[in-house]
Amino acid sequence: MNGNGKHGARMALEIEDLTVAYNSKPALWDVDMHVPEGVLMAIVGPNGAGKSTLIKAALNLIPRAAGDVRFFDQPYAKARDLVGYVPQRGSVDWDFPTSVLDVVMMGLYGQLGWFRRPGKNERQQAYEALEQVGIVDLADRQISQLSGGQQQRTFLARALVQDAQIYFMDEPFAAVDAVTERAIVALLRELRSRNKTVVVVHHDLQTVADYFDWVTLLNVEVTASGPVPEIYTEDNLRKTYGGRVAGIAALNHSAEVEA
Amino acid sequence: MITAADRRIWLIIGAIVAVFALLVPLSTLIWGVNYDYTLVTVATGGAVLGVVSGVLGSFAVLRQQSLMGDALSHAALPGVAIAFLLFGRELGWLLIGAGVAGWLGVMFINGVTRTTRIKQDAAMGIALTAFFAFGITLLTYIQSRNDASQAGLDQFIFGQAAAIKRQDVLLISTVGLIAFLIVGLFWKEFKLITFDPQFARANGFAVRILDVLLSTLIVVAIVLGLQLAGVILMVGLLIAPAVAARQWTQKLGQMIVLSGVFGGFAGAAGAILSGIQAGLPTGPLIIVVAFTIVFLSIAFAPDRGLVWTLWRRRQDRQRFAAQNVLRDVYRHAMQHNDPAYPAPGGMLTALRGSVVRVGLRQLEQTGLVRRVDGDSWALTDTGLAAAREDARNLQLWDLYRLYAEELRLPSVAEEHQKPIKSVLPREQVSRLEALLERDNSF
Repeated sequence: MNGNGKHGARMALEIEDLTVAYNSKPALWDVDMHVPEGVLMAIVGPNGAGKSTLIKAALNLIPRAAGDVRFFDQPYAKARDLVGYVPQRGSVDWDFPTSVLDVVMMGLYGQLGWFRRPGKNERQQAYEALEQVGIVDLADRQISQLSGGQQQRTFLARALVQDAQIYFMDEPFAAVDAVTERAIVALLRELRSRNKTVVVVHHDLQTVADYFDWVTLLNVEVTASGPVPEIYTEDNLRKTYGGRVAGIAALNHSAEVEA
Repeated sequence: MITAADRRIWLIIGAIVAVFALLVPLSTLIWGVNYDYTLVTVATGGAVLGVVSGVLGSFAVLRQQSLMGDALSHAALPGVAIAFLLFGRELGWLLIGAGVAGWLGVMFINGVTRTTRIKQDAAMGIALTAFFAFGITLLTYIQSRNDASQAGLDQFIFGQAAAIKRQDVLLISTVGLIAFLIVGLFWKEFKLITFDPQFARANGFAVRILDVLLSTLIVVAIVLGLQLAGVILMVGLLIAPAVAARQWTQKLGQMIVLSGVFGGFAGAAGAILSGIQAGLPTGPLIIVVAFTIVFLSIAFAPDRGLVWTLWRRRQDRQRFAAQNVLRDVYRHAMQHNDPAYPAPGGMLTALRGSVVRVGLRQLEQTGLVRRVDGDSWALTDTGLAAAREDARNLQLWDLYRLYAEELRLPSVAEEHQKPIKSVLPREQVSRLEALLERDNSF
């Protein structure tokens, strides 16, 4: 547990009283969430629980009805360079005419500022990020020819190139092959070892304890949030998922076997 | 570095230029087209307009806003009429009126989509017809007023190229150049908000403003074309060149250049064709030429084209059939401990169906199997070697799946249909081969 010693030191993300509503139906209600620096945090909850909404609201991509979000004790507008974002893979048109390297370099556009074009330096950084996610050999490939796993790695590389302090990833494990899943996990651990903070929207209850050290259980409201060993209990999962606990029973069983 | 794909783009541009260079003299010789002052002006105007709308239309297509262009140009009509009522027949004012009305139409559609539960297609349907109906009403009223200056105002519905004057061409060129300059300045920003607007916003780009800027440029392209193509057809000149260009290239820059070339050609060629006989309309002919380019591109472009796709599918079918039959014959022979043991065709067909015949024909032609007697098939020496190589390749792929991470091999699992030697560098293959030897020695 790399980050544990520093948990008291600095908060990477503090969300207070966050409420988001669509057509007067709350998608998020009075959410509090605190993520210490150097932690891998999973956001888990049933469909429609507002997991993606939480990330988007934190990053000012959708309007908030109420609440305050701070990154390293600063509002988003000031902390933007510290934040990396990996949207859902399905949120873009992968038939767009461009190459993998080009997409990764988009992560540097924000730092370049107006009018300046990416050059040799940026290419080099993009290659390094692709190396980290293991697809440097695909750099010149057209993005329309990528598999789902390769698309996900491209998006991850685009976030890595930003060299942020805290990363938000929206369902990076959704519909990727096993090899990619392991590569992403390795990447998350590598980020943690460099004291980066990662907040991940996750859907697979079975792997939460393996992959993450903190977890937020969300169903419009936060049912529990904190270190996995304390928070990830059957009781809390039942509160979050209501009656739909078929998967939770299996999870419990496997946890007992492992113990 | 110039790749084969880049060369292809130059080839197409060259072909377009060649066709145009032939069209000019041939049209005079065969159809007796007379290149008088009017025709040259109209053709130049058409070409410039085609380039401008081709370039800007690329963004409309990639942002999946093609129909927005249609709604926008229909919405421009009442603006023309109102501008005429207020300021008289002054082209500058008419175009500004068109632009403002088109803009309002787009804002209306966006507003309705954002704030209500009405979907975009429905909002467009409403806005497009409502604005157009209002425009027709105003035009009809104006025409009934017995005012000589209104003559030809209805050209904005279908467009009337003959009315284009040299100063109009100059106007289109100037505005077009400014538009290109803006596209050049904001190149990476436009690219980013077109591909992934959410990511752009998260990175602090003023996406709203860039959005408005890009949409404004598209409005400008449409407004410039109204006189020539009319509110109904203008969207064709905006969309068709971009759709055609997309078929030929996988790079945004190339797509935009090619789209401009296609648009320019369609604009000029359409104007020239309308010179064949008095009474042939320019605007519609421009669109017909543009559509012809789209049709040819969708049919014949490499990789994405229909002909190419069908041909590749056929090739794949034959290749897979041959590969499977080779494996079946080999397995059958191995079961009888005799590499030359023949397999009956009936048995092979029973396994995989009639596609086996395609495979057998392929294998026989390439000398991998031979007909023993009647309908029995045996491996030749080369066939045996190929089958063994194939089996070994499959084993290597299995090992790759198991050990790729351990050996830090690149992720190429997607390409497991190909020989592993063509996918991985030699040195990495030999590492897998070492594993294979070890496994086999157990």
